[in-house]
Amino acid sequence: MKISVTRLLIYIILAIFTIFYIIPMYIMVVTGMKSFAEVSLDTMWNLPISFNFNSFNLAWVGNTKQGFRGISGSFFNSVFLVIPATIISALFGSLNGYVLTKWRFRGSDLIFTMILFGMFIPYQSIIIPLVLTLQKLQVYGTIPGLILVHVIYGIPISTLIFRNYYITVPTEMVEASKIDGANFLGIYRWVIFPLSTPGFAVAMIWQFTSIWNDFLFGLIVTPNPASQPITVALNNLAGSYVVQWNVQIAGALLTALPPILVYLFLGKFFLRGLLQGSLKG
Amino acid sequence: MLRKLLTALVLVSMVSVFFALPVLAEALSGKVEVNSWWTAGGEAEGLNAMIKIYESKYPDIEFINATVAGGAGTNAKAVFKTRMLGGDPPDTFQVHAGHELIDTWVVPGYMQPLTDLYKSEGWIESMPQGVLDIVSYQGDYWSVPVNIHRSNVLWFNKSIFDTYKITPPSTFGQFFDVCDELKAKGVVPFVMGTKDGWEAGHVFESILLGKLGANDYNGLWTGEVKWSDSRVTDALETFVKMVSYLNTDHSALTWDEAGQYLLKEKGAMMIMGDWTNGWFMSVGFEDYGWAPPPGNQGIFLALSDSFALPKGCKNQENVLAWLKVLGSKEGQYSFNKAKGSIPARTDIDISDYNDYLKSAARDWQKDAISPSVMHGAAASEGWTTEFKDIISLFVSKPDVAYAQKALVTAAEGYLK
Amino acid sequence: MQIKGDKWTPILFITPSIVAVGIFIYGFIGWTSFISFTKWNNVLPDYTLAGFENYRKLFANMRFQIDLQNTLVFTVIFVIFSLLIGLLLAVLIDQRIKGEGIFRNLFLLPMAVSFIVSGVIWRWLFNPGSIQLGNIGINQLFEKIGLNFLICGWYTDPDIGIKAVAIAAVWQFSGYTMALYLAGLRGIPLELREAAAIDGANQWKIFYYITLPFLKPITFGAIIILGHISLKIFDLVVAMTGSGPAFSSDVPAFFMYDTTFRGNHFAQGASIAIILLLLVSLLIIPYLITTFRKEA
Repeated sequence: MKISVTRLLIYIILAIFTIFYIIPMYIMVVTGMKSFAEVSLDTMWNLPISFNFNSFNLAWVGNTKQGFRGISGSFFNSVFLVIPATIISALFGSLNGYVLTKWRFRGSDLIFTMILFGMFIPYQSIIIPLVLTLQKLQVYGTIPGLILVHVIYGIPISTLIFRNYYITVPTEMVEASKIDGANFLGIYRWVIFPLSTPGFAVAMIWQFTSIWNDFLFGLIVTPNPASQPITVALNNLAGSYVVQWNVQIAGALLTALPPILVYLFLGKFFLRGLLQGSLKG
Repeated sequence: MLRKLLTALVLVSMVSVFFALPVLAEALSGKVEVNSWWTAGGEAEGLNAMIKIYESKYPDIEFINATVAGGAGTNAKAVFKTRMLGGDPPDTFQVHAGHELIDTWVVPGYMQPLTDLYKSEGWIESMPQGVLDIVSYQGDYWSVPVNIHRSNVLWFNKSIFDTYKITPPSTFGQFFDVCDELKAKGVVPFVMGTKDGWEAGHVFESILLGKLGANDYNGLWTGEVKWSDSRVTDALETFVKMVSYLNTDHSALTWDEAGQYLLKEKGAMMIMGDWTNGWFMSVGFEDYGWAPPPGNQGIFLALSDSFALPKGCKNQENVLAWLKVLGSKEGQYSFNKAKGSIPARTDIDISDYNDYLKSAARDWQKDAISPSVMHGAAASEGWTTEFKDIISLFVSKPDVAYAQKALVTAAEGYLK
Repeated sequence: MQIKGDKWTPILFITPSIVAVGIFIYGFIGWTSFISFTKWNNVLPDYTLAGFENYRKLFANMRFQIDLQNTLVFTVIFVIFSLLIGLLLAVLIDQRIKGEGIFRNLFLLPMAVSFIVSGVIWRWLFNPGSIQLGNIGINQLFEKIGLNFLICGWYTDPDIGIKAVAIAAVWQFSGYTMALYLAGLRGIPLELREAAAIDGANQWKIFYYITLPFLKPITFGAIIILGHISLKIFDLVVAMTGSGPAFSSDVPAFFMYDTTFRGNHFAQGASIAIILLLLVSLLIIPYLITTFRKEA
C-alpha cells in the first residue's frame, strides 16, 4: 500500500508535535515513580530504578512522621465542591443564555456585556472584599461558601457558552411552542433543555476543570485543612524551605487524574459541543 | 483549739488547691486553631512534637493544625491578612519576631501583649536580652519565640577545602583569593539559588554586616546610619564581585537546588541560614563545615519564628495554653531538635543536638545579636519587600549607583 | 426576537445573576478602585485619599514597566502560536488520518492539568544546567539529538525570560484551539469545498478563500479567551519562574499579589488590579462591539 508523500509528511509533523506534548507528561510520570534520593535535576530524563508507587502512596496518605498530610482527605472535599458547583453554574448559564437569546428585552444586550466583562477581572484584586462579604453571609471557611464563590464567578463563562450555543437554535421552534400555549418555563423544559446537551457538555467540562484546578479561591476561602480542596492540599505537600519532589509530583499526578479522565472519556462531547457553536466567536 | 482547727483548715485548703490546679488546667476544652507554613520536613515534625505535648496536657481540646505552604510564607500571610481584615482573626499564627510582627500587627493594634505570660512563665530570665529586645515594643512583649535561626553562616564542602588545603576565609580579601583558586581548579567557588527572589537579599545582609559591623548595621534600620554611607557602596561592589564567581544557572534554582552543588562536590561555598543544617540532615550529607561569613566574626544575625495573640481570637484560654507549651523547656527542646534550629531559651540541655547546633547555641550565648532583615526582624514588611526587590534586580543589573539610590529612597520612605 | 407573553418571568430568572454579578464583581471592582486612590500601605486600612499618586508611582516603577512589557510579549507569543499550532493540528487531524481519536485526546490532555503542576515540570525542563552540571532538561535532549543550536538559557536569560513561560502556556492551550478549529472545519459544508474543487481550485486556494474566512469567528472568539488568560496569568509564573532575573518573567498579577500580601502595599496592589482591568477592556470592547453589530 503506497503512502503518498503528503500523508507521510502529515504523520511526521504529527509525530513531532506528539513528542512535544508528551515530554512534560513523561517527566511527571517518571519522577513520580522515583524515590527522594533518586530525584535530581541532572538525572530527570532517567527512568526510575524500579517502577514503584511509593511516592504516590505517600502523597495520598501523607506521613505524620515526616510531617505532611496526604491529599486523600481533600480529594473528597474537591469532589463535594466540584460536582454541585459545576451543575449549578451550568444551570445558571443555561437559563441566562436562554433568557438572553430567546427572551430579549430592552437592556438584555447591555446585561450580557456586563456579565461577560466580569470574567476578566483578576481575582487577586477582589479577595479582600470577598472574604468580608462571605463573613457577613456566614459561609466563610465552608465548602458551601466555596461553591457559592465558584458558581458566581462561573456565571460569565457559562452564560457565554450557552448564549453562543442557543443563538444557533432557531427561534421558530420556540415560536411554535408558544403558539401551542407554552410559557417561559415550559419552553425551557420541553424545547430548549432537551437540545442543550452540547452546551452542557462544554460548560460542565470547562467548569469542572477550572474549579477542580482552582487554587486561589480554595486557599483564601477555605484555608482550614478539614475543608480545603485538593489543590491547596497539594501545595502543602511542599515544605516552606525544602520540597520532596517525587512526592509532590506524584501528588500532582493524582490531582490531575480526575480532569484527565474527564477529557479522555468525555472529550468527544466537548468537541461536539464546540461544533454546535458554544465558545465560538 | 479553734486556732489549731483553723490553721489545719487553711493548710488543707491550700494543699487541695494545689492538687486541683492541674485538674482546672485540664478542664480546658473546645478548639484551638494554629496557623503556620510548616508543612513538611523537619519543621512539620517539630510542630507535631509540640502538638503531641499539647494534646497530652489538654486532651479535651481539638487541635486544628491549619498550615499553608508556598512562597516562603506569602500564601499563608495572604490568608492571615484577609482573615484579619475580614474580621475572622485566626487564634494564633506564625510570624517572624521583630519588625514584621511589630510594624504589621502590633502598631496597628491587632495584637494583645503577652507581658504577663512572660512574667508567669519565667521567660524574662530564661531568654537572652537580644531576643527580648526583638519581641518588645513600648515596654511590652508581643510574641513567643519558638526558635532561633542564624542567617549569616558560610557553609562549605569539607572535602574540597581539605583537598586544596583551604581554610575558611575571614576577610573578603581572603574570600576572593579562595574563589580565584577554586575557579582555576574548575570548582564553582560560590553558589546561590535566586529563583525565589529573597536569596540575594539574604546573602547581601551578611555582606552589609561584614562591612559595617553589628552596631552600624543595626543603625541602617533605625536611621542612625545613612544608606548613602560609603561602606554600603563597598558592600554593593563586593557583591558584584561575588556574583562573578556564581554558578551560572542561579536564577533557575532555589537555595536547596543550588546546595546540590555542594552535595556533589561541584561547588564549594554558600551563604545561607542554618535551616541548611536541617536540610543536610534530611539528605544524609555530612561532609560540610561552617564558619561566619567574612567580617561576620562574633556576630549572630538572628531571626526567629514566633507566635502571637490576636485581639478577638475565639479560644483565648486554649491559645494561651499553646503559647505556654511553645515557651516551655519541653516544647522548645523537641521542636528545635527536629527542625534544626536552636531554642530561644538558654536554659535547655541540648547535648544531644548535632554539632552545628551546639556550636550555634554557644555563639548565641556570646555573640553580638543583630536582627536579620530578609526574615522579618530588622524592618517592616514593606521595607523588606523593597529591599528584596532592589537586591534581586541588582544581581542581574549590577548598577551600584542605581541600587544605592534605590536603597536610600526606600529607607526614607519607611523611616518616618 | 421577542416572544409575547411572559414578560417578567425571564427577567425574574436572570435577576439572581445580575445581583450576584453586581455585588461580587462590580461592587468589588468599585471597592478596589476606591482603594487604589487611598494611602493604604499597611495591614491597618488607611482610607486617606491620595489622588492619582499610586498610579503615577506605579508607572514610574521599573518593575511595573518590565511587567507591562512582559505581558505584551507573552500575549503576542501565546495567542499567535496557540492559534497557529491549533490550526495546523486541526487541519492535519481533519485529513482523515488513522488514530485520529488518539491524537485528539493527546493534544487536548494538557488542558486538564493545572498551571501549578505544569509550571513545575516546565521549570525543570527549561532549566539550562551549567558548566559544572552540564546541560540538563530540554537542553540535554537537544544535545543528545544534535540540535545544539537550540540550546540557550531559557528563563535564566533575562532576554528570554517570559518567552519561556509563553511556550509552556502554548503547550497547555493549543489543544483547545485545535479543538475549536477542528469543530469549525467539520462545520464547513462539504459541498462548498467540493464545488470549489470542481471549479478547478487547488487545495491551497480552497483553504485560503473558503476555509479561513469560515474560521474567522472562531479565531476571534479564541483570541478573547486566550487574551484574557494571558493578561491574568499568575499560577504558571508562580510555579515556573517566579519573577526571574531582572524581573524578566514577572507579570502584573504576580506583582500585585506580592506587593499586597508580602509588602502590605494594599493601595498599590489595587492600582495594579485596576490597570489590568483597563487593559482587558481594550481587548473585549472591540469584540463586543463587533459581535453586537453582527447580530443586529
